[in-house]
Amino acid sequence: MTNAVKATEDAILAKRPESRAWRKFRSHKSAIFGSVVVGTFAAIAIAAPVLPIPSPAATDWGAVRLAPSLAHPLGTDEIGRDIMSRMIWGARASLMAGVVSVAIAMVIGVPLGILAGYMRGWVDAMISRCTEALLAIPFLILAIALAAFLGPSLTNAMIAIGIAATPLFVRLARGQAINIAAEDYVESAHAIGLSTPKILLRYIFPNVLPPVLVQSTLTIASAIIAEASLSFLGLGQQPPDPSWGAMLNTAKNFMAQAPWMALWPGVAIYLVVLGFNLLGDGLRDALDPREE
Amino acid sequence: MLSHILRRLLVAIPTLILISVFIFGLQKLLPGDPVLALAGEDRDPETLNRLRDLYGLNDPIWVQFLSWAKGVLQGDLGTSIRSGIPVSQMIATKLPVTLQLAAMSMVFAIFIGIPAGIISAVRKGTKLDYAANVVALSGLSIPNFWLGIMLILIVSVKFHLLPASGYVPPTEDFWLSMKTMIMPAFVLGTGLAASLMRHTRSSMLTVMRQDYVRTARAKGLREPIVILRHAFRNALTPVVTLIALLFGELIAGAVLTEQVFTIPGFGKMIVDAVFSRDYAVVQGVVLVTAIGFIIMNLLADLAYVLLNPRLRGR
Repeated sequence: MTNAVKATEDAILAKRPESRAWRKFRSHKSAIFGSVVVGTFAAIAIAAPVLPIPSPAATDWGAVRLAPSLAHPLGTDEIGRDIMSRMIWGARASLMAGVVSVAIAMVIGVPLGILAGYMRGWVDAMISRCTEALLAIPFLILAIALAAFLGPSLTNAMIAIGIAATPLFVRLARGQAINIAAEDYVESAHAIGLSTPKILLRYIFPNVLPPVLVQSTLTIASAIIAEASLSFLGLGQQPPDPSWGAMLNTAKNFMAQAPWMALWPGVAIYLVVLGFNLLGDGLRDALDPREE
Repeated sequence: MLSHILRRLLVAIPTLILISVFIFGLQKLLPGDPVLALAGEDRDPETLNRLRDLYGLNDPIWVQFLSWAKGVLQGDLGTSIRSGIPVSQMIATKLPVTLQLAAMSMVFAIFIGIPAGIISAVRKGTKLDYAANVVALSGLSIPNFWLGIMLILIVSVKFHLLPASGYVPPTEDFWLSMKTMIMPAFVLGTGLAASLMRHTRSSMLTVMRQDYVRTARAKGLREPIVILRHAFRNALTPVVTLIALLFGELIAGAVLTEQVFTIPGFGKMIVDAVFSRDYAVVQGVVLVTAIGFIIMNLLADLAYVLLNPRLRGR
């Protein structure tokens, strides 16, 4: 008897959307590959201070622009710094830039979008017009303009990228909120007299979250490229602090003499961005209720 | 149709006003005093004040905005504080360079992305489809400035096949112009090709499930005809819209590509302006880009109506 109840319970649990999404995600080979890549880079970035590597800032004028060897697995740069160590510390800058800027965009964008989608009327009109105006300026151009006005630094680059990515989240959350506000359960919540903040928090917000999660993973990929781009242009991480984009900027001047300087940062950016893209694609497929 | 265009134009007006307020406000928040940079060694307060008067920097902020906006409406984007050349004139000389780069990239993207998307959709689930998807996702994940550096390294530095940098106008020497531009265009085109491929594929997959495709097959039409004439023509609509919407990505990508290949275009101009705190140029570039984006959006909208007979009557 208890066994039968347990079995029914298991069957019900197995049909819950979370576990269904998880099952779909697990069977998605490329999504798993993406998670592994992202996880590996994240682990390296977190472990950077305790790894047995030379300091990323330690110069060695006797070892300038050395090709990869046992002592320096990825070679050294134009002032004799170990490139592997700078790559590992650069991972911190890249991943942090990706995560922090997207967090900024979500924290500003999602509430504004929900508000616009749920309230409609003039609130919606105001928020939407501003979003459209910002969306008319290409993401990177907006980030460059903002980074220029805030002054070049990694923190400012993150803020600039975050603000530039905000309209994406406003638009997404707004569209989602409009759909959910029309659902019966929201109407009944309204009918039993729940206050607007309670409805927004308990019913709208949790349902807006899944697509926002997918979007944020894919936006982290764009944000990492944007940070690398800004640093490449000299508007992000400032020397001597390591960043993949800034490393490429220097490497550009030593292409004939030290091609390895240009190779590794690009490979790393490519892998991390690919990882986030695969992860995002996998999440989208897993969380999409239509593809049953 | 006409009323549709007019309605779209009207909606664009508040957007443009907001953009101009935003762009103007941004400039006012830029760090550093442009006059200090301009005066150089001469820090005499009298001179500084005269310069501020000359550029209207002593007026109240809304007066500055209105006079700027009035100028913009008359095609006057101000004067570069660095070179003394009118911004509109600078843009007029730099923009064709970037347009050539953009057009060539688009040709690359269309000729690679669309056929790849069709083949991938037709052969869905095969190794070919899988490979095309992997390549496309890689194209989206590779930073284009790094791809540019790698190509220069291999093609120019190692094999001396193509020039690594510079620009020659096509009116001066057409073939040399193509030769210098082909690598940057390829670099800028890869990301776009990847986007186009993914969208063509998904659009084709949707269309190929439709009844009229099944009918065409049932009539005994040959498969290439079914795919090209019945499926592809209908799958094209969202793809054409996407091409117009990729404009923003194209301009943003051009900023980096021009930096890598030292092409004196629109994109390089904004980077140089940012570093020399040339307010008017930054404003002009961002404004022109936004207007271009809005125009492309309008065109995309029109193309959508034109390509879709069901919407034409509206």
